[in-house]
Amino acid sequence: MTDTSVTETNEKSFTETIAKDQRIEPRDWMPDGYRRTMIRQIAQHAHSEIIGMQPEGEWITRAPSLRRKAILLAKVQDEAGHGLYLYSAAETLGADRGDLTRRLIEGRQKYSSIFNYPTLSFADVGVIGWLVDGAAICNQVPLCRSSYGPYGRAMIRICKEESFHQRQGYELLMTMMRGTPAQREMVQDAVNRWWWPSLMMFGPPDDQSPNSAQSMAWKIKRHSNDELRQRFVDMSVPQAEALGVTLPDPELRWNEERGHWDFGPIDWSELKRVISGDGPCNALRIENRRRADEEGAWVREAAAAHARRRQEAAA
Amino acid sequence: MTEEIKHEWPLFEVFVRAKRGLNHVHVGSLRAADHQMALHHARDLYTRRNEGVSIWVVRSDDVAASSPDEKEAFFSPSGDKVYRHPTYYSIPDSVPHI
Amino acid sequence: MSFDAAYEALTDHDDDARWAYGTGFADPLAGVDTAVPQDVDRGDLSAYCVALGDDALIMSHRLQQWVTRAPELEDELALANIALDLLGQARLLLTRAAEVEDAGRDEDALAYLRDATGFRNVRLVERADADFAHLVARLLVFSAWRLALLDRLTTSTDPVLAAIAAKGVKEVTYHRDYAAQWVVRLGDGTDLSHDRMQAAVDAVTPLVGELFVPDRVELRLAPAAVAVDPSTVRSEFDAVWAQVLQAATLQPLAAVAEESAPGGTGRDGVHTPALTEILAELQGVARSLPGSVW
Ligand SMILES: [Fe+2]
Ligand SMILES: [Fe+2]
Repeated sequence: MTDTSVTETNEKSFTETIAKDQRIEPRDWMPDGYRRTMIRQIAQHAHSEIIGMQPEGEWITRAPSLRRKAILLAKVQDEAGHGLYLYSAAETLGADRGDLTRRLIEGRQKYSSIFNYPTLSFADVGVIGWLVDGAAICNQVPLCRSSYGPYGRAMIRICKEESFHQRQGYELLMTMMRGTPAQREMVQDAVNRWWWPSLMMFGPPDDQSPNSAQSMAWKIKRHSNDELRQRFVDMSVPQAEALGVTLPDPELRWNEERGHWDFGPIDWSELKRVISGDGPCNALRIENRRRADEEGAWVREAAAAHARRRQEAAA
Repeated sequence: MTEEIKHEWPLFEVFVRAKRGLNHVHVGSLRAADHQMALHHARDLYTRRNEGVSIWVVRSDDVAASSPDEKEAFFSPSGDKVYRHPTYYSIPDSVPHI
Repeated sequence: MSFDAAYEALTDHDDDARWAYGTGFADPLAGVDTAVPQDVDRGDLSAYCVALGDDALIMSHRLQQWVTRAPELEDELALANIALDLLGQARLLLTRAAEVEDAGRDEDALAYLRDATGFRNVRLVERADADFAHLVARLLVFSAWRLALLDRLTTSTDPVLAAIAAKGVKEVTYHRDYAAQWVVRLGDGTDLSHDRMQAAVDAVTPLVGELFVPDRVELRLAPAAVAVDPSTVRSEFDAVWAQVLQAATLQPLAAVAEESAPGGTGRDGVHTPALTEILAELQGVARSLPGSVW
């Protein structure tokens, strides 16, 4: 067979696999573009999990009850686990975790810009669980069916844990809303600050999302940004009502005809600013990650040296 | 930079037997300096301190794998036993839609 | 169990609790008689539980400070697990202390509303870690000591303490193993890590003596086998410590003035300024919002 016909056969079987809704596995042939897109998407997701530990992690030592402390510590630990599952999935595509981490630290790969907002009170922990983890779930449940097998399987574990994250956040908010007036104010203030950034987590509107079509064709992505965002709004409005908080959008109203909640326009210039590195906490988040990586280097080297010595002694 | 890559820990594949009566199943990979550390980490990462499960770790570069090109020769005889193919495993219904 | 659902079986979806923040573990106090045994002084038993609980609470706090700072992501998970285990032990012990005291307090009142002089933890757990070597040195000393204590407490005549200890033994065995492996890797790693590990061993050694000095409460409770006299576990600790140091090619610090006299230890409420800093962080939010519910 000539080279071209090999490529054609490969491409045909790849396309057929996707069309049959089957999974692509690590050692299958795949187009370079698919591999590149997959690595970028998984890495960006992994980075988000790891950077996402920081805003909430700041509150572990300060949590106001031992029960909340245990819950938060376990939640932040889960996020580290999510990062690891995902880096592990990226490595099946030939990426290297150390290399991905360097790309993150050098600003060559992105993470979810939601984590560039500061956490100002303990109510933020609850609102992050409810809205941020909630939005993540909306985004991620369809990814359990991603065409790339290892990614889909990692997402199953992750979604399982995310649903606990959302529940614990909502439960914290319900408890706080039953507390003092000051606590109720804290909750409302946190909702005011996190609502719009949560909506931005679904990415730019469909008509401005250039890569979406290819990702849909490859079944890396299964719903459009706007579709998922609408689903999130529809779910969140009754939850906010039950909680007794107001969502900071005067244009929010039920549209009988559409069968959905209408919501006001999103300030995309704000999102662009935060994505391009001008959010309130961008520099801090990356600096913390860089420091942890650098300060840990001597420890990792020592362990590698020790393992080598042991191996040599055994040989 | 290249200097540092040399010091990175090797990759290990992790297999977990969730309960008695089941096979060990591949769950993912992790990095560790040695086997002992890999077992520790596997317990922390993939079983979250759950006692009573059994874990195997194997250096990823020690795994010999068939190539998809050899599909015919290797897998045709068992083509009817579809559960041998990783793609067969469907998504559990219990994946939460909140 | 269908073969077709191998992955499903693995994720064990009917066992949700396993996925939730380190819960899903059997309740260690299920079926345990919580009545205070006859002839045991309630004040003493409560104080003893506070001391063991404070050790775990403050050690956990120091571990929590490592979150997002661990040398590798896998260790992030491991350190968080250890912090969670110790926090769990602290909660059980402080709850038992409050219950025995019977003065209307609970675990949170004990954790959040006492000042430094009211804390009974050993000073080893307060110490801030200059680097990862200091952390694993302290963790090794702490878990080797605590494992020896908990092991004996599994036969405590207070059934609640015995049950808490039984759970703790499994956890702390794992902590000790984790710490020992790291001390060996760093000691027998690179020249740099060897020097840092040796410095950490030297720094932690002066804090060791206090661990084996019984306080009045322990001396009163030990004869009835409610509590353990910590001086009785010294040789067990020394053996573990020496074995690890040797494997790590490290030298024990010779002739340090480590023994503390009774009356001047953390168990007596004598602490370093580090504890005041910890409590400011631990208690700040809770105290700034009195009357709140969490
Ligand atoms: Fe996550
Ligand atoms: Fe989460």
